[in-house]
Amino acid sequence: MHVSLTVNGQRAVTDVEPRTLLVHLLREELGLTGTHVGCDTSYCGACTVILDGKTVKSCTMLAVQAQGAEVTTIEGLAANGDLHPVQEGFWERHGLQCGFCTPGMIMSAVGLLSENGSPSEGEIRHGLEGNLCRCTGYHNIVRAVEYAAAKMRGEEPPAPEWEEGSA
Amino acid sequence: MGGGFGVSTTSVLGGVVKRREDPALIRGTGLYVDDLQLPGMLHVAFVRSPYAHARVVSVDASDAEAMDGVRAVYTAADVAHLGDLVTQVAVGKLRPLLAGDKVNHLGEAVAMVVADSRYGARDAADAVDVEYDPLDPVIDLKEAASDAALVHEDMESNVLLAWEGGPWGDEEAIAATQQTIADAKGRDDTVSVSIEAVNQRLLPMPMEPRSVVADWNVGYGRFTVHSSTQIAHALAGGIAQTFGLSLTDVRCIAPEVGGGFGCKLNVYNDEILVCFASQQLGRPVKFTETRRDAAGSTIHGRGWVATATITGTADGQILGYELDGIADMGAYSQNFTVAIPFLGLFVGAGQYTFPTHWKVACVHTHTMTTDAYRGAGRPEAAYYLERAIDAFAREIGVDPAEVRRKNFIPADSFPGAATHIGFPMDTGDYETNLDALLETAGYEDLKAERDRLRAEGRLVGLGLATYVEVCGFGPSALVDLGFSWAAYKIPSGFSGSGLVRVQADGTASVIIGTGPTGQGHQTTWAQIVSNQLGIPVENIRVSHGDTAESPLGIGTFGSRSAAVDGSATYEAANKVRAKAADLAAHLLEASADDIVFADGGAHVAGSPDQQVSWSDIATLAYQPHRLPEGMEGGLEAHAVFSPGNATWPFGSHLALVEVDGDTGDVKLLRYIAMDDCGNVINPMIVDGQIHGGLAQGIGQAMFEDGDYEADGNLLKWSFVEYPLPTSADLPSFELHRTVTPTDINPLGVKGIGEAGTIGSAQTVVNAVVDALSPLGVTHVDMPLRPKRVWAAIQAAKTNGSVS
Ligand code: FES
Ligand code: FES
Repeated sequence: MHVSLTVNGQRAVTDVEPRTLLVHLLREELGLTGTHVGCDTSYCGACTVILDGKTVKSCTMLAVQAQGAEVTTIEGLAANGDLHPVQEGFWERHGLQCGFCTPGMIMSAVGLLSENGSPSEGEIRHGLEGNLCRCTGYHNIVRAVEYAAAKMRGEEPPAPEWEEGSA
Repeated sequence: MGGGFGVSTTSVLGGVVKRREDPALIRGTGLYVDDLQLPGMLHVAFVRSPYAHARVVSVDASDAEAMDGVRAVYTAADVAHLGDLVTQVAVGKLRPLLAGDKVNHLGEAVAMVVADSRYGARDAADAVDVEYDPLDPVIDLKEAASDAALVHEDMESNVLLAWEGGPWGDEEAIAATQQTIADAKGRDDTVSVSIEAVNQRLLPMPMEPRSVVADWNVGYGRFTVHSSTQIAHALAGGIAQTFGLSLTDVRCIAPEVGGGFGCKLNVYNDEILVCFASQQLGRPVKFTETRRDAAGSTIHGRGWVATATITGTADGQILGYELDGIADMGAYSQNFTVAIPFLGLFVGAGQYTFPTHWKVACVHTHTMTTDAYRGAGRPEAAYYLERAIDAFAREIGVDPAEVRRKNFIPADSFPGAATHIGFPMDTGDYETNLDALLETAGYEDLKAERDRLRAEGRLVGLGLATYVEVCGFGPSALVDLGFSWAAYKIPSGFSGSGLVRVQADGTASVIIGTGPTGQGHQTTWAQIVSNQLGIPVENIRVSHGDTAESPLGIGTFGSRSAAVDGSATYEAANKVRAKAADLAAHLLEASADDIVFADGGAHVAGSPDQQVSWSDIATLAYQPHRLPEGMEGGLEAHAVFSPGNATWPFGSHLALVEVDGDTGDVKLLRYIAMDDCGNVINPMIVDGQIHGGLAQGIGQAMFEDGDYEADGNLLKWSFVEYPLPTSADLPSFELHRTVTPTDINPLGVKGIGEAGTIGSAQTVVNAVVDALSPLGVTHVDMPLRPKRVWAAIQAAKTNGSVS
């Protein structure tokens, strides 16, 4: 079947099997492999993208359902190459380890902050509940989102909490 | 690098450096195996057993083979000539590459389908018709240990071996220890307290499912294999061994690996089978697990049942500890399977001096193989010990911190201290660490607060536990105990390696033998080299995971990479530094002894204005005609580090919980950890490792349960049935540390990958039992899901033990 959609500002037109999932269209037809697949049951959030302004799990949608949609994937988040504040937050506050959950986590955090610019820790934790991370224990993901939220409000981000080691 | 973190350019050990690996990962440009698309690549799906135990009557693949785009369907007979799966510790039944006339666990691979597309391979797998004759499975551990029914009819017993100590292996000494404990039990002034507990099976579940792409090039006579593995060199060797090739005929590449936690520390049958298919079909072949595959057919962890008994006097002096347990190996042994409880044996007596008799039998059952999952044997050992100590402290009415302090191996017994099995330990200061935890946490105030809330009828509990870990494997001599990696053609010992090369432009390439699965090696290793050479971190690039270019290393597991391969890289950097001093001396017409490395180059002590850059030094190295007589060109060095021992990190953790008496819901209110991993290279990365480790230990305590049903079914196919902790389930963690460097390696680092997991499950369970203790509850098995906790509360109320 024919689908045409806009991905990261570029028009994409392609033929897919009707049962093709959006995530597989992105990864395998368009080569946008930053969006990951972590489960078979729409549970882990690794595949999260922004579709028409809302975060969606791209494994829960057929590619053909995205007909005409505007999709932003992790590759499209850094406008003109500059990191999005959420990306910056993840880097500054060690919000990732293996990086596999990270694209989905970042997209969800972008979605969360677009709805609530000053989330409390609890709101961040509940807002990201649909994205699983096996590496970080979420501690620094929360710090990363707090950093980004402050940045996006034009405020100084909270100081990092690293303790000095010794050597 | 270092935006905003105040990176020291003179000494970057012990400083926070932002991760070198992150820019690719936050932009989505990092390459994981499943991202790879090669021209002509085919896809694999497996036909898996729906039974735990059955005879395979017939496999009819004719419908599948007739489907469009299906290239081949392979069954056991097609791969019989390749033998069983190569296995390092080959004790017990080894896994056939594909099941033949019997299947021995749910999800065992019976046939492999290769097709043009991912979806097509799955369709065809569904069309393979397998007829089974179901048999009764052996699932229960006690039943398995009794040999009432055999898992494998050609074996005499389900019990493979029992790890017993200590001192390890010395039967007379073991009997003497048992006698000492029996004598203590016989005294009038002692009490013995036992708990029987399940340390449930866990599913490792890294977020990246395992994935492998094999590409046989008949002209080159070489496999190129991309795999999401923790052990690229062992995989290359395992493939070479299986196909009768040399190590140079197999190139394995582990690119970005999306978490491992031990489950990618195995050579898998699917990795061998895609190689076979690629060779047969002359095309690249990919297999990527579904989450369902990952749940049922990637190794599991834990799976013990045991009774732990503490005997001591009313003042808290412990006179004996006994552990009697059974550990589930699953149906087949893989890489380390039977060795996992052995790691538990090492630390069976934790931080304590008391006589210990520790025995765990390893049994086959009709379930998926167990092997290393974060902590691997050590969380189980710490769990039983620390639960039993708490039960004893409660029985005698002495503060659990006090009981622990009374029984510690004293700080002044280092150096020279040994574990209960007689294995020497490096360094330790347990009392200082515990005191630091109690003081930092405000233990007395927390207890007062708990008691106040308790008086109001609230179920609030405090849980304490300590641990000592054995990691940083080493020693190289583990080879002599049978852990030689020879099955994978790399009889390398538990050593490490690193290669440091200064390029002509003065930047440095570091190539290491291990590869990370998220631990930040590219950053940590750059810090080590930067610290020795004064080349800024941003001018150092660390490569790993490609066996064609990296020196031999056995992999990242057992919290060993920084201690062993990091130390090798440190030594390689020192060799480069020595040569660079000669080169700089030649340029500056001075003596090498007077050369100082600073500010991205070198100068003669006292004359910092006459500086030569690393590029000047390297340029000279690559223009050998300018060198003084007898000096070789080039500026690189390789070093192998052979650790004389493992390392022994330790720590103590405290948890504060509240239980909802009406629902059984457990709230983890605070989690405070005081870990000691020796020196710290990058505190940010070390803290991150602890956070993740805690989440997995707390996950076991509160959420995760990978146990099979009695009929051998595994109802844990997705994250719905196997809930990982979510962001909403966990609190922010309060981390602190003491620093007791090791003397085993030049960096003084011990390892931190597993400590959080090893220390945490029992801390949480101790807190919950403490919360429920006013009701008379003394034990609840993990995971502490509301239903189970609620049932324990109801049972206690019915028993009338409520005061
Ligand atoms: S891959 Fe989409 S939610 Fe897991
Ligand atoms: S960083 Fe590895 S799963 Fe989140």
